[in-house]
Amino acid sequence: MSEPSALLKTPLNAAHRAHGARMVDFGGWDMPVQYTGILDEHNTVRNAVGLFDVSHMGELEVRGPQALSLVNHVSTNNAARLAIGQAHYSGLLYEHGGFADDILVHKVADDHYFLCVNASNQDKDFAHIAAANRWDCTVENSGPKFAQIAVQGPKAAATLQKLTKTDLAAIRYYWFVDGEVSGQWARIAHTGYTGEDGFEIYIAPELAEARWNELLAAGAGFGIKPAGLGARNTLRLEAGMALYGHEIDASISPLEAGLQWIVKMDKGDFLGRAPLEKQKAEGLKRHLIGFEMRGRGIGRDGYEVRVGGAPAGWVTSGGPSPTLNKNIGMCYLPIEKAQPGVAIEVMVRDQPVEAVTVPIPFYKRPK
Amino acid sequence: MTYPENYRYTKEHEWVSTEGDTGTVGITFHAQSELGDIVYVDLPKVGTKVETGQSFGSVESVKAVSDIYSPVAGEVVAINSLLADAPEKLNEDPHGTAWLVKIKLADPAQVDALLDAAAYQSFITG
Repeated sequence: MSEPSALLKTPLNAAHRAHGARMVDFGGWDMPVQYTGILDEHNTVRNAVGLFDVSHMGELEVRGPQALSLVNHVSTNNAARLAIGQAHYSGLLYEHGGFADDILVHKVADDHYFLCVNASNQDKDFAHIAAANRWDCTVENSGPKFAQIAVQGPKAAATLQKLTKTDLAAIRYYWFVDGEVSGQWARIAHTGYTGEDGFEIYIAPELAEARWNELLAAGAGFGIKPAGLGARNTLRLEAGMALYGHEIDASISPLEAGLQWIVKMDKGDFLGRAPLEKQKAEGLKRHLIGFEMRGRGIGRDGYEVRVGGAPAGWVTSGGPSPTLNKNIGMCYLPIEKAQPGVAIEVMVRDQPVEAVTVPIPFYKRPK
Repeated sequence: MTYPENYRYTKEHEWVSTEGDTGTVGITFHAQSELGDIVYVDLPKVGTKVETGQSFGSVESVKAVSDIYSPVAGEVVAINSLLADAPEKLNEDPHGTAWLVKIKLADPAQVDALLDAAAYQSFITG
C-alpha cells in the first residue's frame, strides 16, 4: 500500500474517506476508485445521476491580447471558431505529431482561454505551452485555484438545477456559463466523460465539500450516488472516449486515434501539423478500432492482439461493459484490419481468445 | 464478517476446507471485497496437477485480474461450474456456494500448516 500522505489530495479527500471510498494512487493522486461498487456506480450514472470528484484534473489559463494565437498554435482544433462561452475537445501535440495531452478548451473572453487538462500531465502541459509562447499573452497553471465536480447522468440537470438560478436548459452541449451554485461563483460546463448527459462545475477548492454534500442531498430523490474512477473508466470506455496513456500518448497521432475531427488542417500552422500532413499523404499504417470478445475472457490494457495467429496490435483499454453486458475494448491494428467485422484473437494470459472488431463508440445515450 | 473456524487460510487470501483427502478451495471474503465486482473466473481443468503456491486460475473484477494460487498440492477433481455463468456469486457467498475447485490432496497434513481463522483475521486487520 502506498502512503497516503505522500500523494496529492483533492479538497474532497476527507469526504471520500468518510463515505467509505476505496482509495487508490492515480497518477500520484489519492483518489476514490469506488464507493458502493463499480457496477452499481456505473449503472447509477447510466440510469439516474452520479457525482464524481475530478478535482485532480488540471486547469491552465491563457490570457492576453494574443491568447488565441498561442492556443491555436499549441492545439489541433480551431479555437478561432469558439464563441465566448463555448468549449471544444482538442489535442496538444508534440512537434513530431504525437499527443502531449488531450484537453478541453473553453473560451471565457477574447483574451482569456481556460484549458482543462489531464491530472498527471498538467505540469508537463504548462511547460509545453509556456515554452511555445512567443505572443503577447501569459500562461498560468491554475490547478490549485479550482476544484472540479462532475454531475453525470439523465438526472444531472435536474439535480444541479436545484442548487442554481443559472438556467441549465439554456446551456447547450459543450457550452458553459460563469454562474453560481448555492449562491457562490461556479463555472458550469455542459460537458462530461461518461457518454451521458451532465455538467462539470469548476469552483473554489474551499467550497468543494459544501457543494459535494449539497449535490448529494439535491439528488437524493433521484438516487444519486458518489462514483469513483472505476466507473468513470467503464463509462468512458463504453462511450469510446480516449484516455491519455491508453488510446493516446506521445507515440500516437490524432489521425491514428480516430480523432481527425479535432484536427483542423485549414486553420494554418500549429505544433505537430507537418507530420500529420505527411501521414495523410502517405496513408495511415494503423488505426484504433473497437472489439467485442467472442470467447470467454476479458481483453485488458496492453494485451497483444493477433490476426490469423500473427501479432498485429495491442489492446489500449478493455474490460466488461456493464451496460451492454459484453466484454469490450479498443485496440490498434494495421490499417487494413482496422475495420468492423474482422476476426481477431486477444492473447489473454498467453491463450488466444476469439474476438471481433466493432465500431467505436459501443454505447450512445438515447436522445 | 466471520471466517469459518474449520477452514484454513493463506496470506494470498485463499481458504481450504478438508474432508478426508479432498480439499475444497475458495477465496476469502476479504479477497472478494478487495477485488470488487467480480465478472469472470478462470479455473483449471479437472485432472490438472497443481503444486503449492502455483497459480491455477484467475479472478477478474471490473478493474483488475488477480491470480489464484493453490494453497495445497494435489490434483483438481472438480471445479465449480456455477461460477462460469454467475461469477458475481463470488462476491455474495465466497465461503460457501462460490467455492472454486476441489483438490485431491497429495498430503492432507499440509493443510494443518496453514493459518487458522483467528490467525488469518489478525493478518488481514494488520
